[in-house]
Order: sequence, then C-alpha cells, then structure tokens
Amino acid sequence: MDAVIEVKIMTTEYKNKKTLVPNKYDMPVQEPVQRIKNFQEVALGYDEETAAAEAARCLQCKQAPCCRGCPVEVDIPAFIKLAARKDFAGAIKKIKEKNALPAVCGRVCPQENQCEKFCTLGKKHNPVAIGRIERFCADRELHNGAVPQEVAAATGKKVAVVGSGPAGLTCAADLAKLGHKATVFEALHVAGGVLMYGIPEFRLPKAVVQEEVENLKKLGIDIRVNAVVGKLATVDELMEKDGFDAVFIGTGAGLPYFMKIPGENACGVYSANEFLTRTNLMKAYLFPGYDTPIRVGRKVAVLGGGNVAMDSARTALRLGAEESWIVYRRSRVELPARHEEIEHAEEEGVKFRFLTSPTRILYNDDYWVTGMECLRYELGEADDSGRRRPVPIKGSEFVIDVDTVVVAIGQGPNPLVPRTTNGLECSKKGNIIADPETGATSKPGVFAGGDVVSGAATVILAMGAGRKAANSIHAYLSGQTTTNS
Amino acid sequence: MYRINRKEVLAPSVNLFEIKAPAVAEKARPGQFVILRVDSEGERIPLTIADFDREKGAITCVFQEVGKTTRVLGALNEGDSVKDFVGPLGEPSRIEYYGHIVCVGGGVGVAPVYPIARALKEAGNKVTGIIGARTGELVFWEDKMRAACSELRVTTDDGSYAGKGFVTDVLTEVIKESNDIVLCIAIGPLPMMRAVCNLTREYGLKTVVSLNSIMVDGTGMCGSCRVTVGGETKFACVDGPEFDGHQVDFAEMARRALIYKPQEKLSLERYLNESEHQCGCSHRGENNDNRVQK
Repeated sequence: MDAVIEVKIMTTEYKNKKTLVPNKYDMPVQEPVQRIKNFQEVALGYDEETAAAEAARCLQCKQAPCCRGCPVEVDIPAFIKLAARKDFAGAIKKIKEKNALPAVCGRVCPQENQCEKFCTLGKKHNPVAIGRIERFCADRELHNGAVPQEVAAATGKKVAVVGSGPAGLTCAADLAKLGHKATVFEALHVAGGVLMYGIPEFRLPKAVVQEEVENLKKLGIDIRVNAVVGKLATVDELMEKDGFDAVFIGTGAGLPYFMKIPGENACGVYSANEFLTRTNLMKAYLFPGYDTPIRVGRKVAVLGGGNVAMDSARTALRLGAEESWIVYRRSRVELPARHEEIEHAEEEGVKFRFLTSPTRILYNDDYWVTGMECLRYELGEADDSGRRRPVPIKGSEFVIDVDTVVVAIGQGPNPLVPRTTNGLECSKKGNIIADPETGATSKPGVFAGGDVVSGAATVILAMGAGRKAANSIHAYLSGQTTTNS
Repeated sequence: MYRINRKEVLAPSVNLFEIKAPAVAEKARPGQFVILRVDSEGERIPLTIADFDREKGAITCVFQEVGKTTRVLGALNEGDSVKDFVGPLGEPSRIEYYGHIVCVGGGVGVAPVYPIARALKEAGNKVTGIIGARTGELVFWEDKMRAACSELRVTTDDGSYAGKGFVTDVLTEVIKESNDIVLCIAIGPLPMMRAVCNLTREYGLKTVVSLNSIMVDGTGMCGSCRVTVGGETKFACVDGPEFDGHQVDFAEMARRALIYKPQEKLSLERYLNESEHQCGCSHRGENNDNRVQK
C-alpha cells in the first residue's frame, strides 16, 4: 500500500521537473593530503545559501517517511521547510523539540541508514541531505547564541542521571524540560562521554560538544564531573540517602574487548578505547603541550570494521603512521562502519585487509610489537546476524609487518554500576535488562538506556533510549503508571 | 578545583598533600587510589591513598617527584588547587582477622601500606611492619608506622639509618624468627615487590602486592593498566590494584612500565628548560606561576 501512495506523491510532486535537483549539494571537505596532517574537522559544513538550497530539494511529501527513520522522532519536513525559507532559528527550535544534541547528530548520525534511507526523493535520486542541513542549523545557533527553550514549572522531583554521554544528556535535557531537576554524574573530568573520549576531533570537534553541553546546562541541568557512581555514592544510596526520586543509568559501553590471543599485552598494543581516549580526551596529539603521551609506530593495524575502527585507523595516520591498515575478518560489504567514514578513510590512504584475522602478536626482547600473525578467511553460510560467517582457511597463516596494533572489535558494558546496584537484573554479557519502550529495569525507580542496555551502538540510538526513559520517568514521577514496580 | 589543605615535605622530593575532597574521603578505604590532574593540559595520574579523614573531608597522598607531572604537582603549595581529583578507585584491601601479618613498605610505598597496616591491627591482627628506603633521609612516617603496627623494623639500603640491608633481608629475618606469619603485604617499587614475592614464594607465604601501572581513566575503560595475573589479563584499576603477588607477571609489568619512557624524558626536559628560563634572575618576580617555583 505504501508503495502505491508514494508513487502518487512522486507523480504530483515531480510535475515541476525544472526545479528538481537530483543530487545532494556537496559539502566542502578538507582535502585528504592536507587533512591527514591535522586533527581539524574533515567535513566543513554548508553555508547558508547551500543549506537553504538543499532544504529546497525536499518534496515536503505528506507521508514524511524520513521521520520513520529517526530514533528521536524529529519533525524533519517541518524543520527542512523552515530551513528552505532561511528561518534557521525556527528550524533549530523545531529540531530541538526532539533532539537535544543536533550539532552532534548532524555530524555523526548514520543518516544513510536512518532518515535519508526513507527519503522519497532518494528512491530515484539522492535523498535530501537531512544531516547536513541539521548540522548547519545547529552550528548557526552555536555561533549566534542559543534560542531559549521552554522549561515546564518545577515539579520538585530530583532525578540522578549516571553518565553524561548521548543517552544521559538527552534524558537529562528532556527531564529538565518537563520540570524535573536532573543531576548528571560523570566519571571523567569532562561531560560528554563517548562524544569526548571516543569520537575524534576531526569528525566531531570537542568545542562543539562542550557548547552543546553548555546549552543543556541552561535548562537547569547540574553536571558533576569526577563522580564515579558505585565508588562514591551507589545507585541505592543516591535514592535512599541523597533523595533522588528516580535514577537513569546511561553508562555506555566502556569495557574494551580484546582478542584473547598471545602477545596482546605487548607494548604497542592498544584497545581502541585507550588509543582514542589518549588522543581525544587527553589531547595526546598535542603532546608535549598536553602531558598525555601516545606512541604510534610506522605501521599500524586496526582490528575491526566499525566506526571505532575507522576512527582509530584515521587517527593513526594523523599521529604520523606511514601505513594504517584495517584488518577485518569479513569482506567489504559487511563493514559495519558508516559509509562516509569508510570513504573518508580510503581517501586518506587507510588500507584494508579483508577476510583476515590475527592469531598472535609477535614481539621483540623489549616486548614491543614486531608483527602480527594472521589467518585468511572465506565466507561461509549466513550466521544469526544474517551476514555470511567468516571461516578460517586452514594453514593460511601469514605475518603482517606492523609495530602498533589497535584492537577495535567492540566494547562491553562497564560493570561498575551494575555490580554495585542491588536488584538490578543484567544479561550474561553484563548488559542491564531494560524494557525497550520504557527503559524500566528490574529495580523500581531505576531506568536505563543506551549502550549499557543495547551493547555498543550509535549515538542517536542512545539518545532515543534516553528520551524514551525520560518520558517514562516523567510518567513514573507523576504517578501515572506503575509499570516499573 | 580541589584545594591542597596541607603540604608536608617528607623527604627530599617526597611530598605529602592533604587534599580537600569530602565525597572521596567519605568513601575511601585502605588500598584504594585516586586519579588527579594538575591542570587542564595535565595527564591523569593515579596515586594510592595514604590516609583519609572523613571529618575533615580530606585525602592524604604521598608522591615522589619523578617526571614532569609529579614535579609540577610538587611545586604546588598549601592553598593551591588541583584541577581534577577522582576516587576512591579500585578495590579496597581485604581487612579481616588473619593472625600474624607482615606489612612491607619500600620507598614511598610506606605511605599506602600505612592505612592497611593500621586497619589490619584494628581488626585484631598482629602486624609486623618493615619499612625500607634507599638512604636515611628518605625514611618517613616511622612513628606513624610504629603506632599502626604491633612491631616495626626499619632498614636502609646504605645503612645510613637504622639497619643496613634491603627489606627482603629484614623480611627473611622476620620469617625465620616467627613461624606463625600467614600473610605478607608488600607495596613499593616494582623490583622491590618482585624481590619480596620471590622470597615469600620460597616460604610458601601468601603475598599481596599493590600495582601502580600506567592508567588513563582508572575505571576499567581503556585497558592501559592491564597486567597478567595467573595467566589471565586483569585491569589493575578495577580488578586491583591489589593482587596475589605470586601470580603477577612482573617481567611483563616492568616492560609495560617503560612504554612512554622517551616521551616522559622529553616532557621532563622541556619542563626543566622552561622552569630554568623562567626562574632566571632577569625574570624573578615577574612570574608568580607556582609551577616554576623552586
């Protein structure tokens, strides 16, 4: 049925073919040869004219299938319409009704799998560059000063939000707008979670994140850094002693997985978390101006094929590596990373070794990495994820000449909070079990969302979980439901 | 910002800071550590908690000036502040009744051993303390340790104060004298902890060590601090810092401790050059930055 209606829309909207622009307007980027020498942002963003022109490409189709693809349910056609009229202040206000971190999402959302995937225009041509327009509107606001947002009258209820990543910040922002006092507890010395320690500066400038955080503070959110919940107060103590009426846990996927192969503790082997945290959070790329060091050799192998792997491989080049390899046990089509990141990585000279996985890391007498022994793989039957399972080819061992290895094969939930909270049910892998619709956990008054529930996923999915939880916390605090008990 | 309430120079280049952090002091227990950052360009460094005062809301840390960061820190004074201070991190020591315990502190390791010895004695244990230093002027907290232990022995490598010899020499004596020792706790430089473990292994004496490996976040997020214990990879920050010393792969630890040696050297040289320049007579009085006070 959908298809029929869409065809109708397309025929009516396509009448005026003269105004139809089939391709997205390009966004200027730093040239690869230049950008691999710096940590400045790769994608430079639209200017006002281009943003408005791109917005004018939107057909404003009544069904707005794009909205289906947005985990936080932004009213996409509405903000695009305002942007097309150059009412960017109106556009950002519209976005912010649903999205607390638009400058972040405009940069790091995998739009091709979300809003833009469903765009009507995208069926025949390029979809509208929704993410780029969002980014322009958000950056313009950061530049011109925030549009004040409406906040409901104070309810007198206090909510503790554990973790200041995308899930926590979104939850806190929504709670604040609903009139609740949200206090965010962050273990590190700065708010933002993975937006600060994980995603590189060249993809998401840290100043942008901090400006977004400052804007959220204006909603009345209190952010406490250097506060490790579970080591300072536990979740139980927050509720029993400190008077919080509810708690949201959004502590993310902060536990790095290793391959569990021989040699993995050798010097020169990093978890992606460490590699990126040193570089992004601690600014090791500015060493010795900043005190935290990092060591990158001539040839770097990054294990894994997701966004974190791409970020690590590109970071390695910028830190001076001569060669940076993605070593992935499946093939190109299975790479889980965002398309743009794969493209950018290739443009920058990152090389790929598909159907390859290491068996051990070789090192010298000083315990420094000297190489990596790998096995070749071939694709077999489809596995549970629907992707063809990589099968090792017996006797295909070979050695890759590398001196640095970054393990980017995924992260699990950090066990600190689950372990110290009474009555909180977790899965075998340690993820908190929470209702996907409400974020309610097995413990009354405690909600959870983001990577700590779902396992490592995207910024926007975490934000979606944060806002669902905020809504159900609101309902819980208003006594409208007892589903949590 | 976290204020330095009190500073005490315990020995040349060994400083004590009492830092105001009421929330941390409220929860701190012997064996845990904190991570601090001096300023916004600073690195995060772990320091084992040497004492805590819940009433005053303060944590005591003792550190030796070695690289740039500890020197910058050492140049701070009472009333100054550090930018970030987070804790208490890691698992606390297991304080319970064991019987007769030996607590060995080497160098600045005396500081973290102190609250553990005190708590163990309070839990009814007989605690024999051994403290050692390279030379007499580096011995500190002798009185505090004497009060915290049932018995205390002091030694210096060069014999310039108290007995002459390594802590392992004294430990051998203690083990030979008494046949009721059930546990040894050893904190100090890596080679010392390794030597203690080699010795106690011969006697089948269970030994706990506290590992201070290179860390970034200190909450189990980065894996920088990974150590091999009993053939398994552990994170010193969340699984430790205390481990069964007989299971620790000290050789691996020693090599991992050197990962950033060239950068540490560069950083220190750069800092010393800057300090020298800024402290030169022509600049005296112009620069009140406490980072460069000598």
